[in-house]
Amino acid sequence: MGDVHNAPNDTASETAAEAAAADPAPSRSPNRLILDAGDLGRVIDRIAHQILEKSDGARDTVLVGVPTRGAPLARRLAARMRAFESVDVPVGVLDTTLYRDDLRMRGVRALEETTEPPGGVAGKLVVLVDDVLYSGRTVRAALDALRDLGRPRAVQLAVLVDRGHRELPIRADYVGKNIPTALTEQVKVLLDEVDGRDAVVLQGGTQ
Amino acid sequence: MSRRSEGTNEFGRHLLSVADLDRQQATLVLDTAAQIEAALAGREVKKLPTLRGRTVVNLFFEDSTRTRISFELAAKRLSADVINFSAKGSSVSKGESLKDTALTLEAMGADAVVVRHSMSGAPHRLAQWVRGSVINAGDGTHEHPTQALLDAYTMRSRLGRLEGLRVTIVGDVLHSRVARSNVLLLSTLGADVTLVAPPTLLPVGVETWPVEVGFDLDASLPKADVVMMLRVQRERMAASYFPSPREYSRRYGLDATRMAMLADDAIVMHPGPMNRGMEIAAEVADSVRSTIVEQVRNGLSVRMAVLYLLLGGSEVSS
Repeated sequence: MGDVHNAPNDTASETAAEAAAADPAPSRSPNRLILDAGDLGRVIDRIAHQILEKSDGARDTVLVGVPTRGAPLARRLAARMRAFESVDVPVGVLDTTLYRDDLRMRGVRALEETTEPPGGVAGKLVVLVDDVLYSGRTVRAALDALRDLGRPRAVQLAVLVDRGHRELPIRADYVGKNIPTALTEQVKVLLDEVDGRDAVVLQGGTQ
Repeated sequence: MSRRSEGTNEFGRHLLSVADLDRQQATLVLDTAAQIEAALAGREVKKLPTLRGRTVVNLFFEDSTRTRISFELAAKRLSADVINFSAKGSSVSKGESLKDTALTLEAMGADAVVVRHSMSGAPHRLAQWVRGSVINAGDGTHEHPTQALLDAYTMRSRLGRLEGLRVTIVGDVLHSRVARSNVLLLSTLGADVTLVAPPTLLPVGVETWPVEVGFDLDASLPKADVVMMLRVQRERMAASYFPSPREYSRRYGLDATRMAMLADDAIVMHPGPMNRGMEIAAEVADSVRSTIVEQVRNGLSVRMAVLYLLLGGSEVSS
């Protein structure tokens, strides 16, 4: 039950993109399109509005994306918040690999970028941004990593997709879309910056 | 789930020689080191929980301050437990003592052994006796892989590339495991290496190395992007390899006059410890071209990367 969707695995995403594009879905499609590019844009807009509302216009707020796809998502949210209320929300990127509790269970993973948000996190409202919330283990690792970075005033969580199956007592403050899934299914979030197009696809189900 | 078993540690179990690394693996070490450096930059707590519960043994049969401390700090920054095992002065004959030590480490359940030994090949022998990872921290006149990796990391971060970089390595190549590892790694990474040394300080068979060899330092300086000065290892010299220190310094030492012949952005490196006034003048060592302090700092990130790549994945099969 690894966080497959969060694992840096570009080949898998490419395959997903190709498969989704090539498959016009007869019955029992292995790939179901959940959100298209337009839906995804509207969902991001809504989350941006919700963060602005809950943070008093993004006062002392920073967005911290979890790689791979949380990082471009955080940048997009910041861009939308700027467009709506002309606020500049600092954006950081936090790789959680070195904090994971499942490192020993598989081969060594390549690390991804970490960039502290300008101005740091101490005393701020930190909104962690990730693409898919699943077991909650990535978020736990991110909370540990954040603690070493400084002491935020509060930490919130924004995710594009909540697919359920939590293994830890963790919940999101902002959810783009709840997708009930089976454990055998995979949620693929595709983002233009990483995958060349925007979409959310549900894969698998049998096997 | 099936994905879990897919992940295999493509980095191998030991780091004994840079010759074991292909270009992709060597680049992975440098990239990992860069990510670790960025992750720790400006942080309150400079510690990562990654290797909690793992044990790293520093097994040093030969004097070393900077390498041992660097490995110790790297392991501690990754939350591993570190044991320093200084085997110097043991009266047991070397072969026996190494094997006995290996069995002891085996019994203690060391996950990694960082070994320095005055005999070339000792880490390879050790790797046959222990189940954990063995990291070569310098064996005789053979290799010093993490030094070459930190040197490559330093070149890449200062000059932005390694491919096509012209690197001149100057001095006591014969006794230098640093030179040997650098030549191998730099050629893997696509740099062009020139060795400049007195003929007496070049190893037999150097013509088979992937390098150019020269004897005239002044001629090679203007076209170099990197000049790496090697320490004159007087402790390894039984015979006299050059007439006098003054003569050596005059022909192969880097002083301010020679430094002025370098291209504008060329850098000067030295693996340390330096003989100031011998192979490198004080004003060169302290100049803005010098990366000597940076090399020490980068060594920490590179050794953390190596420990992570060797120990961070699936458990060592036992």
